[in-house]
Amino acid sequence: MILYTIKRLIQGVITVWFIATATFFAMHGVPGDPLMTDKAMSEEVRKNLDAHYGFDQPKWKQYGIYIGHMVQGDFGISFAQENRRVNDILWEHFPVSAFLGILAITFAGLGGILFGALTARYRNRMPDIVIMFLVILGISVPSFVFAALGQLALVKLNAFFGTSILPVAGWGTLSHMIAPSLVLGLGTMAFLTRLMRSSMLEIVSSDYVRTARSKGLPTTRIFLRHELRNAILPVVTVLGPSIAAITTGGFVVELVFAIPGLGRYFVQAVQQLDYTVIMGTTVFYGAFLVFMVIVVDLLYGLIDPRVRLE
Amino acid sequence: MNAALSFRPIVAERDVEVISRPSLSYWRDAWIRLKANRRALVSLYIVIALGLFTVVGPWLPFVPNHSAQDLDQISSPPGADRTATIVEPYVPWSGVTVNAPGGQAPLEAPASVSLAGEATTQAVRIFWDPVRGAHGYRIYRNIAHPAPDDALGMPLADVLVPSRVSFEDRLDIKPQEYFYSVVPLDRNGREAPVYATLDVSAIRVITAEEAVKRGLAGSTADLAIGDQVELKLHVLGTDYLGRDMLARLMHGARVSLFIGIVAPFLFILVGILYGSAAGFVGGRVDQVLMRFADFVVALPFLLFMILFRILFKIEGGDSGIAPMLIAMVILSWPAAARLVRGQILQIREEGYISASRLLGAKTPYLVLRHMIPNTMGVILVTITFAVPSAIFTEAFLSFIGMGVAPPTPSWGSMCNEGIKTMLTYPHELIFPALFISITVLAFNLLGDGLRDALDARMRSQE
Repeated sequence: MILYTIKRLIQGVITVWFIATATFFAMHGVPGDPLMTDKAMSEEVRKNLDAHYGFDQPKWKQYGIYIGHMVQGDFGISFAQENRRVNDILWEHFPVSAFLGILAITFAGLGGILFGALTARYRNRMPDIVIMFLVILGISVPSFVFAALGQLALVKLNAFFGTSILPVAGWGTLSHMIAPSLVLGLGTMAFLTRLMRSSMLEIVSSDYVRTARSKGLPTTRIFLRHELRNAILPVVTVLGPSIAAITTGGFVVELVFAIPGLGRYFVQAVQQLDYTVIMGTTVFYGAFLVFMVIVVDLLYGLIDPRVRLE
Repeated sequence: MNAALSFRPIVAERDVEVISRPSLSYWRDAWIRLKANRRALVSLYIVIALGLFTVVGPWLPFVPNHSAQDLDQISSPPGADRTATIVEPYVPWSGVTVNAPGGQAPLEAPASVSLAGEATTQAVRIFWDPVRGAHGYRIYRNIAHPAPDDALGMPLADVLVPSRVSFEDRLDIKPQEYFYSVVPLDRNGREAPVYATLDVSAIRVITAEEAVKRGLAGSTADLAIGDQVELKLHVLGTDYLGRDMLARLMHGARVSLFIGIVAPFLFILVGILYGSAAGFVGGRVDQVLMRFADFVVALPFLLFMILFRILFKIEGGDSGIAPMLIAMVILSWPAAARLVRGQILQIREEGYISASRLLGAKTPYLVLRHMIPNTMGVILVTITFAVPSAIFTEAFLSFIGMGVAPPTPSWGSMCNEGIKTMLTYPHELIFPALFISITVLAFNLLGDGLRDALDARMRSQE
């Protein structure tokens, strides 16, 4: 177990290094650089700036310097926002994105398990048909449409009650977070519901459930102890990739709901070719995702003793 | 009884094992299964209809050019009133002037605001009762009533002559209701905290000359002042620049469907080559190749899509389709590669491969005759499921302004434009969103159907 964890962590570090390298060279492949602004500058000024930022060095040397700093946890200073350290930007905006993501995945997970179990229990009856229809809708409608429609619904709702039930946009209090995280979690919830349903159907017809039933166990006990617990397992497996899907989906939701998360920053940084912010965001996000997948895999080994981690 | 009588020689019945029905090939069987699946069949028809929509649609008689602007109908929802009244060409208005009554503050609201002549899309002319002591007036226009929040709307102009009590609005008037508010100004040009509002419904008008120029009537001789003409038909309305929504949806479908279908096709092709190479060679090479695929999977997908899109951007006037396609292929192939490798590894151990090998089959023959055809079903299903996610990705990127560049329409960029006017003109968002959803839905259901038809092991439990 410990050996496996260490092995996975080493793999994770190599993966992050690969992400950093790919980002660095992809970014430097883009024509232009962050110093090219509208302001005209003389040759000399440009030369001094190049020397100051190390742009006169060969690419591989710049790469070496960057990786050296990165290993020490220093992502440098933003080009577009003067005197702002990338670490500060991450520190300020990442928690917002992460919080939104965690709320969304909680909604998605709980909703998916609940609705999945419900549909399996009422298979081919009204609740199943209604929920599965909604699920198909949830998978087919893009997140930005949900975000826009959610916002529209909030506007109408607030107008209907005459007061602000839930804020339409912005960030800060818990009431700001409810609508965006629901919208963000909806797609994943639909996906998890579908998964939970099929895994539940498989479990219901398994031998040990039949045994439990023939022993005369009460239905709720069978449901909670034998069916639900086993059916959740596949849901846990896809939780890792789901986190990735949710964090990227967060971009749009942040944009539509005017939430000061990292996603908006990244889009801006790419447009301005703000090298350090692009690098910082990508590496940080990449590391976060890699780490989350490892955590989920380890967790899976803990909940399901049948899985041997090697 | 004679023994010879009770025993008769058996006549061999050779036709016992004759196959009475034609044997079904794998693909015929799959087609029969698919036809039995109503949902999948309907989805297939929808997909075909979408294809026709994009290819044949733009040639239909009621579909105008997708980039032509109809400036008489901007942001008009489908089914909107299209009648316009013929009027005289515009003549300047001299306005209303009075003897400004002098006096002292506090300023009061104008006693009344009235309309001079008819309110038309050509001009809205208002005048008001002079306010004692006012040094000027500021005029606001709003599309909703200012009460209760005193939301006066957009300031149109300042009239800084006390004796002048009229204003002519010619600023982009649409055939709808407007609320004009007049606020008196004091000596220092500050607004008084009072205002008077006039509710105006502008009607759509057009001059005879314009009507002929737009092809709405044969010649100016046929038209008299006060006649009604019908403006051009826009089946699904127009967008914020007066472009036909239906034409743009048809054109946008080209981009969305092109990327949605070509991108999965390309990256699955790359995946097949890479995966079958890894699966077939095996050993160390396989390990190295698959580790590299793992790395690519770990790249944050959207961040890299955005980066690559900028990286491959070649020209300013580019539509942005090619960069998006390349980026998608570069980032999406590993999943397909892994799948194909798994299939190849599995098939390699099958009995019919050993049998074929025993009969002297060489590797290329094995790959072409047995392995690739046997993975085709799984690959087809993967492509069908990859289409919706590719369409999503395109829509998503275009939505955040990182996809196709305007003025090229795509469903995603149309949503991006529509969301800005969502509250006032929801049709500009709803139609493209609807098309994305229906397309994705159709491909998802078709994928489900294909999976059930092609692969018995993956058959879903429904």
